[in-house]
Amino acid sequence: MTTTSPYREQTSDDRFAAADRAASTLARRLRRRRRLLVWLGRLAFLGFVLGGWQLCTAWTPKGWSAPLVDPFFFGRPSLVWQRTIELFEHGTSYGSFWFDIATTMKEAVYGFFFGAVAGVLLGVLLGQSAFLADVFGPFIKVVNAIPRIVLGSIFIVAFGVGSTPKVLLAAVLVFFVVFFNAFQGVREVDRNIVANAKVLGGSPLQIVRHVTVPSALTWIIASLHTAFGFAIVGALVGEVLGAQRGLGLIIRTSQNRFDPNGVFACMLVIAVITLGAEFLIGLVEKRLLSWRPVEQVDWSGV
Amino acid sequence: MSSPSTRSWSTQRGSARIEVTGLTKRFLTPAGSAFTALKDTTFTVEPGQFCAIVGPTGCGKSTTLGMVAGLDRPSAGSVTVGGAEVKGVTPGVSFVFQADALLPWKSVLHNVMLGPILRGTPRKQATSDARDWLRRVGLAGFEDHYTHQLSGGMRKRVAMAAALINEPDILLMDEPFGALDVQTKAIMQTELLGLWEGLRPSVLFITHDLDEAVALADRVIVMTAGPGSVKASYDIDLPRPRGAVQELRYDPRFLEIQHLIWQSLKDEVEQTYARDAAVPA
Repeated sequence: MTTTSPYREQTSDDRFAAADRAASTLARRLRRRRRLLVWLGRLAFLGFVLGGWQLCTAWTPKGWSAPLVDPFFFGRPSLVWQRTIELFEHGTSYGSFWFDIATTMKEAVYGFFFGAVAGVLLGVLLGQSAFLADVFGPFIKVVNAIPRIVLGSIFIVAFGVGSTPKVLLAAVLVFFVVFFNAFQGVREVDRNIVANAKVLGGSPLQIVRHVTVPSALTWIIASLHTAFGFAIVGALVGEVLGAQRGLGLIIRTSQNRFDPNGVFACMLVIAVITLGAEFLIGLVEKRLLSWRPVEQVDWSGV
Repeated sequence: MSSPSTRSWSTQRGSARIEVTGLTKRFLTPAGSAFTALKDTTFTVEPGQFCAIVGPTGCGKSTTLGMVAGLDRPSAGSVTVGGAEVKGVTPGVSFVFQADALLPWKSVLHNVMLGPILRGTPRKQATSDARDWLRRVGLAGFEDHYTHQLSGGMRKRVAMAAALINEPDILLMDEPFGALDVQTKAIMQTELLGLWEGLRPSVLFITHDLDEAVALADRVIVMTAGPGSVKASYDIDLPRPRGAVQELRYDPRFLEIQHLIWQSLKDEVEQTYARDAAVPA
């Protein structure tokens, strides 16, 4: 081929290379533009919601005695922000705000840890054994149907207003989320892979370690994302029901004082904490599940 | 798990004769009635022989293989491997499935290492053995890839390396190349023949593809429509080493044998088809 017309072939190659370069430059520019538009859209939406809230609670129509939406009940973004800064700078009548954050965090993290470990262990055990799953299945369904948040009242009565009932409540909430996912994950393990590991000489325990648990890990980690949210909810509800320190206590105190801005300020702090925890779990996920194929490659057609 | 006496044969290479005697397997359907998948099947695979089983869909081929591996218990009859009756997972066996039984979260190297690791081989030894096997199947340089990064043919190579690294006395293959495209299939068949000629385990190879069975095997067993049993058995006298499978397809002797066996297989396939078509879905 090259011996008959080397000249032509080279130029067409060159032309292709130049066209390729031009096309990819264009594609990159389009992608950048799209990302910019997405961020502008997000900002516009945020401005609409917060701005609308601020305006509605600040603007008093003619002839009205109070603003369109009464900030006494619904707060106001600027006041929420002010209250948040106050909380951090001056704390509450109980002491430093940081201590309350730490208390709630500690309860949530302990609850998350114990609930997740118990959920994984029992989920794997019951997923492995069809007999145990048949025996305990109905009981677990019944317990799952009970509104578990009510257990908080019992825990407070039984264990007092310290950290224990909050950790327990958080652990119970986390347990069920993780348990069901671990159970399902173990059930979904490829039977061929298990049969192959058996034939290759694996003992039941080796199969659990090398096949079942790694295979269920995708499911388990997916559940951890939601589970941390539940841990925070458990800790907070426990504190609202009765506590000496913690964000839940501040929420309840604010409620009693008709201070919606205080409640919103705590919500803001909790949201930031939860997002941070989500991010950390995301990092762990990325590390443990690095083998997974990249699901979505953002191909921009040119 | 297995007493020393049942294990002893696996240390003597080439003594793994498979004897299947009066093998029957019944399943309980979800509706509660018994369904016979395999009926009174008897055949023998000589040590080091490559035996292929062909038969229509649902004739109990895979069921037979499962019982030879010891993954499944017979309802009646027996399987002996190297003179010892199969109870529990048969030692000295490797299995290659149609779907890859590879672990997607492990790298290619660790997938191949799995067999030795499960058997308690020291990690260092297992690693160097696995590297050696990957070289033998032509995958040197792919050790750190994950299986989803490989093509179907390459995954099959990994599966073969993972199966052969244990130096099995018996290799069981359940339609291993069924999901591959025609060209890749031919390449993998040739590759398998090369590897088998090097190690000489007894092979029990299940396939729908009669060409594949004739090209690879020393003996082809034809099974009847379900409930399956042995209909006929043919010795394939094509000389070894057979070389490239794709060339073999034009060999007059190959065509002659293929035609002969097809006469026998055809009735069973048609019977199965007619029965399946008659049942309203």
